[in-house]
Amino acid sequence: MTITPSTATQAEAPENAAEPIIRMDDISISFPGVKALDRVSFRMFPGEVHSLMGENGAGKSTLIKALTGVYQIDSGTMSLAGRPLVINGPAQAQAAGISTVYQEVNLLPNLSVAENIMLGREPRSFGAIDWRAMRGRAAELLQRLNLDIDPASLLSSHSLAVQQLVAIARATDVDAKVLILDEPTSSLDADEVSELFRVIRGLKNDGVAILFVSHFLDQVYEISDRLTVLRNGALVGEYLTREILRIELVHKMIGKELATLESLESKTRQSTVEGDTVDVPYLEAVGLGRKGSVEPTDLAIREGEVVGLAGLLGSGRTEIARLITGADRADSGEVLVRGVKRRLRTPRVALRDRIAYSSEDRKREGIVEDLSVRDNIVLALQADRGWFRRISKRRQDELVGSYIQTLGIRPANPDALVRNLSGGNQQKVLLARWLAVAPRLLVLDEPTRGIDVGAKAEIQKLVSNLADEGMAVVFISAELEEVLRLSHRIAVMRDRRKVADLPNEDVTVGQIMGLIASGAES
Amino acid sequence: MSTPPPAVAVLRDLPKARLFWPIVTLVALLLLNFAVSPGFFAIRFQNGHLFGSLVDILRNGAPTLLVALGMTVVIATRGIDLSVGAVVAISGALACTIIADSPSPDSLGTVLSAVAVAIVFSLVLGAWNGLLVAVFGIQPIIATLILMTAGRGIAMLITEGNIITISSAPYKVIGAGYWFGLPASIVIAGAMFALAALLTRKTALGLLIESVGINPVASRLAGVRSRGIVWVVYVFSGLCAAIAGLMISSNVTAADANSAGLYIEMDAILAVVIGGTSLAGGRYSLTGTLIGAFVIQTLTTTVYTVGIAPSITLVFKALVVIAVCLLQSPALQAKLRSRRRVTPTPSTKQGALV
Repeated sequence: MTITPSTATQAEAPENAAEPIIRMDDISISFPGVKALDRVSFRMFPGEVHSLMGENGAGKSTLIKALTGVYQIDSGTMSLAGRPLVINGPAQAQAAGISTVYQEVNLLPNLSVAENIMLGREPRSFGAIDWRAMRGRAAELLQRLNLDIDPASLLSSHSLAVQQLVAIARATDVDAKVLILDEPTSSLDADEVSELFRVIRGLKNDGVAILFVSHFLDQVYEISDRLTVLRNGALVGEYLTREILRIELVHKMIGKELATLESLESKTRQSTVEGDTVDVPYLEAVGLGRKGSVEPTDLAIREGEVVGLAGLLGSGRTEIARLITGADRADSGEVLVRGVKRRLRTPRVALRDRIAYSSEDRKREGIVEDLSVRDNIVLALQADRGWFRRISKRRQDELVGSYIQTLGIRPANPDALVRNLSGGNQQKVLLARWLAVAPRLLVLDEPTRGIDVGAKAEIQKLVSNLADEGMAVVFISAELEEVLRLSHRIAVMRDRRKVADLPNEDVTVGQIMGLIASGAES
Repeated sequence: MSTPPPAVAVLRDLPKARLFWPIVTLVALLLLNFAVSPGFFAIRFQNGHLFGSLVDILRNGAPTLLVALGMTVVIATRGIDLSVGAVVAISGALACTIIADSPSPDSLGTVLSAVAVAIVFSLVLGAWNGLLVAVFGIQPIIATLILMTAGRGIAMLITEGNIITISSAPYKVIGAGYWFGLPASIVIAGAMFALAALLTRKTALGLLIESVGINPVASRLAGVRSRGIVWVVYVFSGLCAAIAGLMISSNVTAADANSAGLYIEMDAILAVVIGGTSLAGGRYSLTGTLIGAFVIQTLTTTVYTVGIAPSITLVFKALVVIAVCLLQSPALQAKLRSRRRVTPTPSTKQGALV
């Protein structure tokens, strides 16, 4: 389901500037097998903060990379202040006045603040670097941002927030007309965010056009004037922030119109668990949290129960999953396994308690790509047994063969390298790896992302069967329909907090979206 | 399009086999030696002992092979061990000093205890490297550089700055003696090779080492105890270097803290790379390392038989190494293939080329 650009809405231009500084029209970019951007149009006005919205794979970063010259566009046109813009690389984008501050601060911690700001543009006299002029210029730029730090101090001696501001100072030195801030707030706390927003407002008053990307809806609504929503590489529309309700925005991002949502009845699964008072949850998190990642959260998962975690990317849905599986260490609260307090310091410890975590990042945190299907499947079980007690070849054959058959892994060759398998089959290999350790709690983070429809349905069926057999399952997905279909209970995360925990009875996608958008049931 | 007959397919895919180019290089070097000195392949059996140039290559290559075995598993975990040369010097210095200070250098007991002390101390040194890398998270190249530089000093302390010469018949056996008609050093290196192969391939150690080397994050989530794995490989590397040190000092019946095992880390790393194990870690091949070590040793021998001037020996070695590495480079192979292939043939993708 794609939306053609002609039907996409365009909001009115601001009164003071009828002419956008940046125009991108009908931009398409393809990668082998994927259309990353499909005739997307985007514009930015001077003195405005424009937020780019969309879930994973919507095409936000591809669009940014087209604008900053990292990717070449396949078709479409771009213009800067009315003149055609052709960018062949990041250096040209910078020269044209388009500056970017990336998500991960990409500065050099072992150099001084001044060096970081001026790197590559050092003022020179007689061929040598003019250090005095450099520090002076850096101090001037910091002053402009109202940042009172010593330009000669080491960058690493400052907090992440200050480093972020130094990156912005660097970006504004090149007389930026357009400033792109990609997830600048993801690792900042509330005070640091307001400091950043003060700087952004200052730049805005100076007439800089700012592109802002953040997963935090509150921040988007606080700082931005205009929103553009992308979904699956296509443009959904451009809106003025003051004119679009949060719930509408979430609908546009996730992809269901309000009217169709209300009519969509949820198919509630009959819970196999009866009476909360009798049985002890397999795992219970009490006030479990980690600074900068997720606020203290309570969560209980019973055997035979699928708990769905809903929320946008960065809402804390993955973060809480990592805490209950030992992938990250909590710094507050505690975890009870069958009512007994446990310290899940590492995944290994959690696995000992039969808790397995399948990461959302299949490639980086899941498969071991240069090993065979066989090795990938036995890895967790073998790690549990220790290196000396090797699983015999015959036992491996039985185990791997049975998973290849029941999960339908293709090619059905235990010695194929996992890197050569499709995404769906890699996901099945990972499921087999976790099932081989016979977990009592299986945490699946986006197990169906980026895989074809057939494999998706198979995995959903498997999850449902596992719970029927008495396994506790946490199921995380950006697709709410999927969460609703599979879960007995749904916990909704928003801005690093759990905002709701409801049994899946007569719950609709619309309700969940309301919770994701505003934190209150609508 | 018709599929080529199996024999042709096998021949065509042969250059893609993992050890094809290292073996070709080894054979080419041996043939070059044969062309220059026709008696090169002759092996004599005299007084129950084997003699010949090939036997010499195996014997002289044994220390490099040993060190390279340890280096292989270290590199497989994305690490590197630069301290092996220093450990070689320390191990030889310890054993020789103990034997020289002993009232009965010819007694088997003295030699065995000297060997035991040298090995145990080297295990401790390996554990030290492992501690720095696995527990303190220091980059392997820096962590082992510490012992690489400090180690020679430790060896000097042990020998008190002298070259310790010894005369001990049982000790001499390790580097220059014969067992079962074969030079003892070949038997020892062969046994260590078999031990390494058994330890890593008959247990799950090899799988876990490769898994940690390919994707440490995924391995951690799968519950692999990567800290322990990394630690073990550095200890094993220390053990290998210790035995190489005993062999070298035994062969020359002396311990020289300054020159024993000098640059052996470079030869070992080269042997690993020539054998097809990537410095980026992951999949490793002990057999590849075996061939790599013999390529290095044959090169050294070739320099003498062909009569290359000593001043340009290193340049000659470098050229051969560059050639082998280029032949194995996937980028170059792809380029050569695309040029050679005028008519497209069905590509048989069998996993990844290393």
